Amino acid sequence: MPEPVIVARDLVKTYGELSAVDGISFEVAAGESFGLLGPNGAGKSTTMRMVGAVSTRTSGELSILGLDPDGSGPEIRSQLGVVPQADNLDTELRVRENLLVYGRYFGLPRRQVAARADELLAFAQLEDKGKAKVDALSGGMKRRLTIARALINDPRILLLDEPTTGLDPQARHVLWDRLFRLKEQGTTLLLTRHYMDEAEQLCDRLVVVDKGVIMAEGTPAELIRRYSTREVLEVRFGSDRNAAVAEQLHGIGERVEVLPDRILVYTDSGEADLVRITEAGLRPVTSLVRRSSLEDVFLRLTGRSLIE
Amino acid sequence: MSAPVRQESLSSAPGRRGVGSLYAGNARSVMLRGWEATRSTNWLVILSGLFEPVFYLLALGVGLGALVGRVTTTTGEQVSYAAFIAPALLAVAAMNGAVYDSTWNVFFKMRFARLYEGMLSTSLGPLDVATGEILLALARGALYAIGFLIVMQVLGLNLSWWALLALPAVLMIAFGFASVGMAVTSYMKTFQQMDWITFLMLPMFLFSATFYPLSVYPEWIQHVIQALPLWHGVEIVRALTTGAVDVGILWHGLYYAVMIVLGLVFTTRRLRVLFLD
Repeated sequence: MPEPVIVARDLVKTYGELSAVDGISFEVAAGESFGLLGPNGAGKSTTMRMVGAVSTRTSGELSILGLDPDGSGPEIRSQLGVVPQADNLDTELRVRENLLVYGRYFGLPRRQVAARADELLAFAQLEDKGKAKVDALSGGMKRRLTIARALINDPRILLLDEPTTGLDPQARHVLWDRLFRLKEQGTTLLLTRHYMDEAEQLCDRLVVVDKGVIMAEGTPAELIRRYSTREVLEVRFGSDRNAAVAEQLHGIGERVEVLPDRILVYTDSGEADLVRITEAGLRPVTSLVRRSSLEDVFLRLTGRSLIE
Repeated sequence: MSAPVRQESLSSAPGRRGVGSLYAGNARSVMLRGWEATRSTNWLVILSGLFEPVFYLLALGVGLGALVGRVTTTTGEQVSYAAFIAPALLAVAAMNGAVYDSTWNVFFKMRFARLYEGMLSTSLGPLDVATGEILLALARGALYAIGFLIVMQVLGLNLSWWALLALPAVLMIAFGFASVGMAVTSYMKTFQQMDWITFLMLPMFLFSATFYPLSVYPEWIQHVIQALPLWHGVEIVRALTTGAVDVGILWHGLYYAVMIVLGLVFTTRRLRVLFLD
């Protein structure tokens, strides 16, 4: 394994009585895509801020690119690209100016920044928007501009906090495509998600975080294998009947979870179990067989759904 | 990278941040940003600041001044009313420009545009941001001061060569107000709190020996006025443009030096708490 670019050991961050991060340890290798997954308030963003050298850890060890953020904040930040959860583009500047000015914050020479800005506008598919006002961009475009901006200093690590939250499916698709390209180019990615979908495909490795601690670590496939079954059968009987019906599903599948709106049957063969359920005289309003996802892993680990 | 270096950097006791993590020596880029933003959006606001004191000078100094006649300054000089209030208006213009830039502008960038959050995730430190913003406010103050000094010269209200020194003096006044203004703003959370700044500024403008000598007040009010920053600014600029310079001017200067230092210390500390906690 190559030299890790991020090393966190027993990382703790407390705000007064509240501990936002409560002893998190992980390592990220150069070129790796690493995910922090967990619900809102799990401590992901706080961890990101510590890694981004904009929040001082309360205790524990942290090394970013071999440097301690406590003493080398600006030096570390000069090699990071940060995509915050909420866009903080400069609305008083136009699209291309946003990139130019941001590059200057890193102390980069004007000429170099100008060349890089044009490359990045192309990368973000915003070539013809260079002179547009930021407020005139769609949500997806703003996000892409924020990512382009984060790349202006050619960072060694890109930190993405909930990069696609709030975007419509098509805008999300374009954005993930761009992130895949960065991954292919060997950029180290550290991203947080409270939502599992695309993260499964983009992340080489991830940790599931809840209440400031790591619940599990591994590749998406490993985690699913370890904590879930191959398939999941989702059946709905109507919200008032789900709990009662679940009583009658004993013996079907490996495990049954009752959510307010549906019942999840963890099984190696969803179709076969669906047949058994209908043979038992139970008629679900809707049914769906799907592969297990990280959402199921999270549910198993915490007993709670990610999106509450 | 060699192993021993990494060991060292992985010390488990987080040390205190040195100045190195507060200042990257790049306040210039923050000023550049302000210039770019101004160029595309705020031109009219900037220009209005240039004309405001000129209107006051014409209405009160020239118009009302015709009824008032001559006024005696603190140092006993007899000057025309316009020459009496012009330096005060210059100090006020410096104050207003600096305060506007360092309060409302900064408040908006901090709370709504989240501009500083973006800046501080680059290699910039809080001191770069604070210095850059304050210098920008000063540049604007300088613009107003030069414009107004020219108007004064044309109207024959600069009574001495000392008036040339009014320019650096006005910059110092602007620096003091910008520095303190930004520090105060960093503690503000709502628009209502921001309104208090405006509420305090108006009486300070009207009563700081701006339009009549301090001697019209009973003694205890004089002490109150003398404790406020604008009075010191008015005294400095008036001494310079009327040519009645004495050692006392240094004390007024010291008042501003303290404002500048305190403001910068609190602003930097506060930006660190807000954005690099």
